[in-house]
Amino acid sequence: MSDIFVKLENYFSYPFVQNALIVGVLIAFCSSLLGVTLVLKRYSFIGDGLSHVAFGAIAIASVVNLAGDTLLVFGITIAAAILLLRTGQNVKINGDAMIAMVSVGALALGYLIMNVFSTSSNISGDVCSTLFGSTSILTLSSFDVWVCIIMSILVTLLFCLFYHKIFAVTFDENFAKATGIRVEAYNLFLAVTTAIVIVLAMNLVGSLLISALIIFPALSAMRIFKSFQSVTICSTVISVLGAVVGILLSILLSTPVGATIVVVNIGIFFIFCVIGRVLEGI
Amino acid sequence: MALITCQNVKVGYEGRTVAENINFSVEKGDYLFIIGENGSGKSTLMKTILGLHPLMEGTILTKDGFQPNEIGYLPQQTVIQKDFPASVKEIVRSGCLNQGGFRPFYQKEEKKRAKEMMEKLDILELQNRCYRELSGGQMQRVLLARALCATKQLLLLDEPIAGLDPKAALEMYDFIAKLNQMFGLTIIMISHDLRAAIRYASKILHIGYTPLYFGTKEGYLTSTIGKHYLQEGEG
Repeated sequence: MSDIFVKLENYFSYPFVQNALIVGVLIAFCSSLLGVTLVLKRYSFIGDGLSHVAFGAIAIASVVNLAGDTLLVFGITIAAAILLLRTGQNVKINGDAMIAMVSVGALALGYLIMNVFSTSSNISGDVCSTLFGSTSILTLSSFDVWVCIIMSILVTLLFCLFYHKIFAVTFDENFAKATGIRVEAYNLFLAVTTAIVIVLAMNLVGSLLISALIIFPALSAMRIFKSFQSVTICSTVISVLGAVVGILLSILLSTPVGATIVVVNIGIFFIFCVIGRVLEGI
Repeated sequence: MALITCQNVKVGYEGRTVAENINFSVEKGDYLFIIGENGSGKSTLMKTILGLHPLMEGTILTKDGFQPNEIGYLPQQTVIQKDFPASVKEIVRSGCLNQGGFRPFYQKEEKKRAKEMMEKLDILELQNRCYRELSGGQMQRVLLARALCATKQLLLLDEPIAGLDPKAALEMYDFIAKLNQMFGLTIIMISHDLRAAIRYASKILHIGYTPLYFGTKEGYLTSTIGKHYLQEGEG
């Protein structure tokens, strides 16, 4: 046992491990904050679709190779988020079909661009790391870390300020709108922040696994807790815990970071399911 | 001037007309029942008045200075709400959010108002319970308490007794009548229930029938359409 601690202590002296933990915790926190609302609004798939769009955006950015590639990725993903939200209300193409279309389209386009234009010799390695985030969390620059810190603070702050309105809009959009709350503005806010969190989370778990960070903590918390506030708080705790445990495990066992975090979250989900069942039985 | 006046209103959604040539007005203190068969456009009309659907034709006038944040609304329950983790208190308080301005937290008066409404509707002891575990009648009372937090003037109810057992339905009707008589709240209610309309309404709007009927309850009882439907109801 003490071996493990010595090993961990050794790892923690590396700045890249510290960075990975900071970013991991922040991303897990933000994604679970939004996750509760997205799951309850039946928007889970928008998160999934957006992560694929972000993959396409990264492919474009890596080819263009501009200095502001992070900004480009943010821009494209936010634009896609607004588009998907708008089409959610459109009737001509079904909302979920539209999301599937955009997401699979972006995935294909991204892979194509990477293949045709990439200068790297290890294309499949690049693709794999963008999709599953295998090593990118350990190669963060200090700029990436700062972007992540600032964005996380911003998302958390805005979420807290608008918490009650977000609840009202999530619980009953029609009532909120009928009684004079600017529902469209809050939906737009949700779409934009979701896009931001997803782009940030790409570094941690890669684009295919982001939905897990958004969905699992909220679903786990909903097994046990029964008010919006307690579900929100519990899901952030679960998510941060899952991220820390996942990152540590992946270091100790040399497993891919993203996949390990997701597996830890799945484990937590099943534990909460069992506890929920037991509590209901009493 | 009337609180709300609808002139030659045509309503529908997704470009499809559901009902047209609707003319009626609601005065302060009225208790208006909107009746009609399924699919006759009752809910669509109410949603158009509330601004949830765009108005297709005609005009809807409101009294000067009347704002959306003076409206309370009891919608039909949505699928989402059936498994939503929310406490009764959270839901009732959310009715206060339209009282203006940007404030991240509830004020003391707002919490007090929510508490008063829960007391009125006899759900105060349920305030920390989970909404989805309540009975149908309790759920409706929670949503009514929320609607009352949002308004001091006008309350719109979309089939508030749908799915309630007869006793809960009666309690609901009595409570709404009390709001109308004692607190002077103007009420617009959608219902299938002709008997209740005749017992409680001051005015009736019957749509989905040409020409539609709008007028006092007494007038309805002697109108052709009223006689027709009443006989059918008894037969």
